[in-house]
Formats: sequence, C-alpha cells, structure tokens
Amino acid sequence: MVRRTVIRKNRYFDSVFLMRVARRLASQPGMSDASAVLATAANRKVLIGIGYGEAGRDPDFAAAGPNDLVIALEGEEAAVDAIAANADSYLSQAAETSSGAGGSSPRPRSINEAMERRPDCSLAVISVPGEYAVREARTALQKGLHVFLFSSNVSVDDERSLKTEARQRGLIVMGPDCGTAFLGGAGIGFANAVRRGPVGIVGSAGTGMQEFASLVHQAGSGISNAIGTGSRDLSDAIGGISTLMGIDALEADPATKVIAVVSKPPGTGFTATLGERLGRCAKPVVLCLLGAEPDSLRIHNPEGSRGQPTPRWAFTLDEAVASALEVAGVNEPAFLRSDERVMRERAAIEIGKMRPEQHYLRGLFAGGTFCYQAQAMFLRSGLLVHSNEPLPGMPKLPDPHESRESSFVDMGAEIFVQGRPHPMIDASLRRKRLEREGEDPTVAVILLDFILGAISSPDPVGDLLGAIRNVQDKARRRGGHLCVVASVCGTDEDEQGLESQKAALTEAGVLVFPSGAQAASFCREAALMLTHRKETADVGLA
Amino acid sequence: MSVLLEDLFQKAPVFLNVGVPVFGDSLREAGYEVVYVDWSPPAGGDARIADLLDDLL
Repeated sequence: MVRRTVIRKNRYFDSVFLMRVARRLASQPGMSDASAVLATAANRKVLIGIGYGEAGRDPDFAAAGPNDLVIALEGEEAAVDAIAANADSYLSQAAETSSGAGGSSPRPRSINEAMERRPDCSLAVISVPGEYAVREARTALQKGLHVFLFSSNVSVDDERSLKTEARQRGLIVMGPDCGTAFLGGAGIGFANAVRRGPVGIVGSAGTGMQEFASLVHQAGSGISNAIGTGSRDLSDAIGGISTLMGIDALEADPATKVIAVVSKPPGTGFTATLGERLGRCAKPVVLCLLGAEPDSLRIHNPEGSRGQPTPRWAFTLDEAVASALEVAGVNEPAFLRSDERVMRERAAIEIGKMRPEQHYLRGLFAGGTFCYQAQAMFLRSGLLVHSNEPLPGMPKLPDPHESRESSFVDMGAEIFVQGRPHPMIDASLRRKRLEREGEDPTVAVILLDFILGAISSPDPVGDLLGAIRNVQDKARRRGGHLCVVASVCGTDEDEQGLESQKAALTEAGVLVFPSGAQAASFCREAALMLTHRKETADVGLA
Repeated sequence: MSVLLEDLFQKAPVFLNVGVPVFGDSLREAGYEVVYVDWSPPAGGDARIADLLDDLL
C-alpha cells in the first residue's frame, strides 16, 4: 500500500466536480482511497493528518497553494502509479461528462455576458470560492439581481457593504454562507421537498430552516416562502439588513399567515431594533433564537397596537414548529411530543451495556444549527461540551480536528469546507472523523445528523453506514457498547426517501429520533447519567 | 432587471447560476429556468490582480 500526491498548478475545478473525480479514482482496481481538492492550508493539514505529503516535507506538496489542485492517491503501487501517470486524462474525462458541460452554445463566462443574453434573470445563485464571492455578488447587484450567496469566507465589512448596496437598489442579499431559501415554490440550495402552505420563514440558520420546513411538512402543513439571511445577519455589525427586508416581504405576502424567525440570538445593539420591528408586525410571529432563553428579547409592543400578540417564543426548533402549526390551525403531531421519562429509560438501557471507562459524547454534525441547538439544550441542563463553534458559555475546542472529552463538532464550519464540498454533499471527512472517534475507548455516545434534500448526497445514511458498523464492532470487541444516536432531516418527497434512510439506520442498531432536538434531548439524558456514573466512580476511587 | 422581493414570491425567478453547477442543476430538474455562467477564477486566480483590473477597466 502506497500513498502519493499529484499536484497541478493553477488548475481550478469546483469542489463538487473534484469530489466526483475522487470517487471515480477511489473505485479503480487496486485503489483504497483518493482525494482531489484545492491545496488550501486546511486541506493540506487534513491530507498530512492521514499520511500524505511526507508530513509536509514533500517540496511540491509543501509549495502547493489554494489555486493548485492536489490529487491524493492510496492503494497498491501499480494502481497508484497508473493513475498518477494519467491524472490529466481522468480530469478531462470527468469534465466531459459533468453536469455543467454540453449545451448547444458555449455558456457565458461572466455575469455581464449572461445578462446580455438573458436580461430576464432576476436572482443570482453564487457559490464561487469566498475570495471571489464579493466581486461576483457586487456585479450581480449592479445588474439588478437579487443574490443567494452560498459562498462563505466573506468578511463582515464586505457583507455589510453588499447588503447596504442591495437595500439601496431594492434588492436582497441572502448570505453569505446561506444554505437554503424557498421562493415562489422553488427550493434554492439545500432545500427539502415541502408543500406550499401558510408558514413563512426568515432566518440565519440554514439547516434550522430545513428542519423547521421539513417538520411543518411532516405535520401536514407547508411553507409559503423562506428567506435565508446568512449566519451573521443579526449581528450588530450587519444590523439585520436582510432579516428586516425578509420580515417586510413576508408581512406583505398574502400567502403567509405566520412568520417564523429562526436564527442565532441578535447582537446586543440590534436587539431593540428587532424587538421594535416584531412588536409592530401585522402577522403572528414565532421567534426561535437558538441559544436564547424565551423572553430574553424585549419586544416593544405598545398595548393595543394593531391588537397583535407579542411573538411566541420557542427554545427549540420543535417548539417553534408546534407554535407555528398552532397559529396555522394544525394540531400538534404526535412526533413532536417527547417523553423525558421514556428517554431516561432508553438511556439507562444503553449505558447498562457500556464499559466503566465510557464517559463521553461526540456529536459530529453536518448541520450547524443542529450543533448549536444541541449545545443550547446541554447548556440549559448545566452540561458543558467542547465545540469548534461554541455557544457562549461553552468551551472552544483548541483544535477542531481533535475532540476532547465530550465534543460537538460542526463539520460544516469554514475550516472543513475550504476547497471541499459541504459535508451534506461529501461525507468523506465526517466518515474519517467517525472512524477516529470510534478508536477512543472513552466514547459512550455518538450523535449524528443526516440531512436529505436537493444537492445533498443521494444516500447520506449509506455514506456513513459502514463506518457506523465499524465503530460499533470496535466497541463490542473491547467488551463495551457504543450508542449511536441520529436524526434525519427531510420529507417523504425528498429523493433520498425519509423512511428508507431511517430504516437503514434502525437496522444498524442506531437510535433514530424524529428531530434533531429530540436526538439531542436523548443525548442530554444520557450525558447526565454518564456524568453521575463517572462522579460516583471517582468518589469510590477516592 | 430589478424585481421586488415580493414579486419573487408570486412567480419563481429566472436563476443565474455562478459557481458550482449542482445548485443550478437541482433548480433545473425541478422545472425552473436556469442560466449557467461557466465560471473560473478571474486573472488566473490572482484576486489582487483581478481587483486591479477591475479598477482599471
């Protein structure tokens, strides 16, 4: 078995294209693994961590930069040599069959050129690497286009400047780092197949909006429109420019009967503005500010002002869905009701099968909102977990690549997606991380989220199932039991199939919950028991 | 062409996809009109030179 890297200087390919190339290379006879990524510092670190680049001493590898392509090959020497000698032909073959190729005429090379041909375009969906995103977004705004900006790695100053310019032009910038939106029935970005209905959403929490929309659909209701804003929109620096535009638009939208605001808590300076705006909203508002305690935001709602109730607060996405459904006149579905006593009983059974040294939880999240929500629920119960994206009050992981005690890792954070597809598309980093967590004999519980919908992997559960079985087997061979907990975000109309994805997990012995909040709730009960068990054992030793 | 946000609620927009094609593909497969920009980094990937060119042109 050998490992080798091939560098191609100044070769740009998009990250999804490269993922497909890597899968094709890895499936060749004699190959065991392959990666094709832009040589960002983060990607080089990951590759060095799994044994490539001679720990950084390979001069070509060390000199490669973010504009260079690195193909990393692992397998039998003859297979690796054969691919390394023909790397360019694999790239060109893949380019010929890619979804972006073909068509009757050459595609426009720029936004300006495209708008000359099709001036009726009205929304630009931008997913270029972050360092080019501002330039493309600004061009789009100047051409009169609304912008859905998936790209991350955009500075706060640039974000404020883009949004200010957009507002002056009567346009909206959804993003940066915007994962999802629903406009006029179209699901943009990572969007689940949901029916249309009376519930409008505006929010900074991409996977939170997906979960909210999916649960509303599962309950038999639907979504009117949903505006993504980017994760920093409610910060003081941005001042909620896109959120406020989204609330205005949903308030005026005849199809929207109730507006859900799903975000991280606002900056202290912006709180009063948000409260004032929600207080005079002519439609009922459900407010889910993940991590914020209900009623922590003062809503300015002069008595008698339009006779509207103050916003309904929700601590979790499940509570927000139940509240929105109530306003919409839909009965709360049974799957949103969780019973803590039943959770405790199930947790006790799981822990009863574990070895005494199994103490810790590891959450490996594809969805940032699920990571954040789980932290909020743990913090409320006085439980601390390390995280690369810590909620205020939670300890920060010094190295996002290394878990420590109980850790919740947002695998969609910037460090993990530079020059790589998001983990909802490409599970390879999460799979490797899961295998590594399974080596640690102190781990008791693994918490995972699976996110279905457009653009996501065609089989998110299948991508990790082999690794799940491996880590369960390893724990069993050590004489213990690894409890794997999961939730699946999606609907029966998503191509991946909600029920079949859940069934595959259940068959593998994974505890599957109807929502991220309920999976986190189970883990919280397990963590409380594990903490108590460890403290009791420590006292016994002393 | 400037369109009010509320107008996008009534009728799905014509999308301009700039970057990873899968974003446009999912919309096109759902029946929406998508125009693709065949994007690559400007100025051979040197953002500083691209900015200088922007200022000059």
